[in-house]
Amino acid sequence: MYRILHVRQLTPVTRLYLIDAPLIAESARPGQFVILRVDETGERIPVTITDFDRGAGTITIVVQEVGKTTRLLAQLGEGDCIRDVAGPLGSPVNLPDGGRVALVGGGFGTAAILTIARELARRPGVQVDAIVGARTHELLILAREVGAVVDRFLPCTDDGSLGYKGFVTSLLGEKIAAREGYNLVLAVGPMPMMRAVAEVTRTAAIPTLASLDPIMLDGTGMCGACRCRVGGENKFACVDGPFFDAHQVDFAELARRTKMYHYEERLALERFQAQDRATAEPVA
Amino acid sequence: MAMIGHKKQHMPVLAAARRVSSFEEVPLGYTLAMAEHEADRCLQCPDPQCEQGCPVQVPVRDFIGLLAQGRVEDSVRKMKEYNRLPAICGRVCPQEEQCEIQCVLNRSGRHPVAIGRLERFVADWERTNGWVETEPPEPNGQKVAVIGAGPSGLTCAGDLAARGYDVTVFEALHAPGGVLMYGIPEFRLPKAIVEDDVARLEALGVKFVYNVLVGRTLTIDDLMDRMGFGAVFIGTGAGLPRFMKIPGENLGGVYSANEFLTRINLMRAYRFPEYDTPLRMGRRVAVIGAGNTAMDCVRTALRVGAEQGLIVYRRSEHEMSARAEEYEHAVEEGVQFHWLTAPVRILGGEDGWVNGLECVRMELGEPDASGRRSPVAVPGSEFILPVDTVILALGTTPNPILLKATPGLPTNRHGCVVADPATGATTRPGVFAGGDVVTGAATVILAMGAGQKAARGIHEYLSRTPVPV
Repeated sequence: MYRILHVRQLTPVTRLYLIDAPLIAESARPGQFVILRVDETGERIPVTITDFDRGAGTITIVVQEVGKTTRLLAQLGEGDCIRDVAGPLGSPVNLPDGGRVALVGGGFGTAAILTIARELARRPGVQVDAIVGARTHELLILAREVGAVVDRFLPCTDDGSLGYKGFVTSLLGEKIAAREGYNLVLAVGPMPMMRAVAEVTRTAAIPTLASLDPIMLDGTGMCGACRCRVGGENKFACVDGPFFDAHQVDFAELARRTKMYHYEERLALERFQAQDRATAEPVA
Repeated sequence: MAMIGHKKQHMPVLAAARRVSSFEEVPLGYTLAMAEHEADRCLQCPDPQCEQGCPVQVPVRDFIGLLAQGRVEDSVRKMKEYNRLPAICGRVCPQEEQCEIQCVLNRSGRHPVAIGRLERFVADWERTNGWVETEPPEPNGQKVAVIGAGPSGLTCAGDLAARGYDVTVFEALHAPGGVLMYGIPEFRLPKAIVEDDVARLEALGVKFVYNVLVGRTLTIDDLMDRMGFGAVFIGTGAGLPRFMKIPGENLGGVYSANEFLTRINLMRAYRFPEYDTPLRMGRRVAVIGAGNTAMDCVRTALRVGAEQGLIVYRRSEHEMSARAEEYEHAVEEGVQFHWLTAPVRILGGEDGWVNGLECVRMELGEPDASGRRSPVAVPGSEFILPVDTVILALGTTPNPILLKATPGLPTNRHGCVVADPATGATTRPGVFAGGDVVTGAATVILAMGAGQKAARGIHEYLSRTPVPV
């Protein structure tokens, strides 16, 4: 059992959880993830490690409510326990010691760039721009935390309520056109965003890594459910990833594989919501 | 002495029609009368050859002799001196090629004594009639870490705990058992049996820590240098699935056997949506391969709603590696066998899901390195099997995560750890290994035998090493 020490609501559908997990905190490195199972009948889902504190023995994760499991998790509060948290899993992302890096985060993907930004902040030779986007400024998460550890914090909103008005990819494109001279771009966010980032950087030939988020089961290399085609070869995102060369990733196949269980996911969610309503409004 | 019948006591089984709609165990087990009758067929040889065939040296003659006298509790005690997991072995061991093949009754044209069924009877008797107490071990103050809670790890942990060691088992998944839990289906090995056996180990003092992937969460160096473990046993198995690298392998509806079985056995996808893990099952399922895992997959597929289950194997019936009993059960349950058939590519529709399997007919050529005649494709014999689910049961290799994170641990060209078969010792002092991670994918009982030998090896090693103060 893994105790939740603190919960913070970041947006109406996104929460941050501080979890007591000393073994994971001890060995976690930027780019890695955990697999969690909320309760005894639960499924195993991968979640990026947003932050870790070795001294306190805690890890931080950010979860957006999308389906049954994430909503079930959202019902837990401080002092409650998550049944299983396994990790750190995946390979740490390979970060440079010098040059200019653009961290591109979209939606709750911004949470995933925090550990990477922190690690890069410890490397004096690296200059980091964080280009993070959301529909509107209220949905832009962890802006203060990320902003504090990067050289330039460049928020983007679709409605222009904060920072650049438009998509992260448009701003990234403009920066590249303005010869900012990025040596590396890291993209974390919804798959269409990462795919678009890859297209923007491809023509400029800037090395780009994307954090893939396919369906996973065990997360230890045992089942192959997370296999992705990268450079024509199958890779296991749970062991070889989650970061891969974005220019080599077959995003079309990945998008298709990620949707494999859409019907079942919807079914589980509808059933969960119906039960939830039944508990909330007991019939006399 | 009783008349020695020519035939074994028949094992009652669940009717095939009922089987395919449930996960209930197929062989139902002997009654006490049947077991005593069968035990009476044992000649009590002065030099029992059957025991030579057993990887964990079960005292076959003596446990059966006690059973024949109606002393079931003593029989349990005798068994457990050597085998702490008899309910599992009695179900999944290939007895026909280990102990029973050595039985002296074979020589007079009779059926051998049904050693496996008796082993299962004795173990199940204990489960129903209360656990037979054993002397609690005297703690010796030395700590041993076991990595992986599968058959080799559980055996090694139990044997060491019985010798007084303070044993902690680290398991990557959220449940114990390894392949016993995620791989072998409920109808062949009920999960409650694995859970009970683990509970017995806990009663013996073995500690289990889940969700720890050694190689990522911790390293062997952490265990030995920082956490005070005097020795480590690596029993991480062979969990990495093999794919075919043919077109269409990433279509929806294509599973590795590990994924398919893990969804169902460990995650209970067959009870979706009560359990949250889903499984998309088609109507016509092709399983590639003809080992025990392939039989498990195809029989499971029929139980979760497939209308037709096909085995596609590039060699013939004679080369398949599945146990005769598993094959027979599959035949009874209506599985169709496509021998001498090799997949060429998996075909998909516009929706990205499987709609066919293109195959080519094969002929057997000369024997290969494994002694099996190697199959050769017949040119122009391609044809399409209309299927909507494909499961790849092509074997597995050791998971490299731990091995890559552990310096000074040599592996062979198959990615298996190099260890002394007699003691499990690797080239690193204090680090032992056994089971599939050393041999490549083999059987539960061979892994258990390796765990037992390593427990002896670790005991000898730590008896020579002074306890740090």
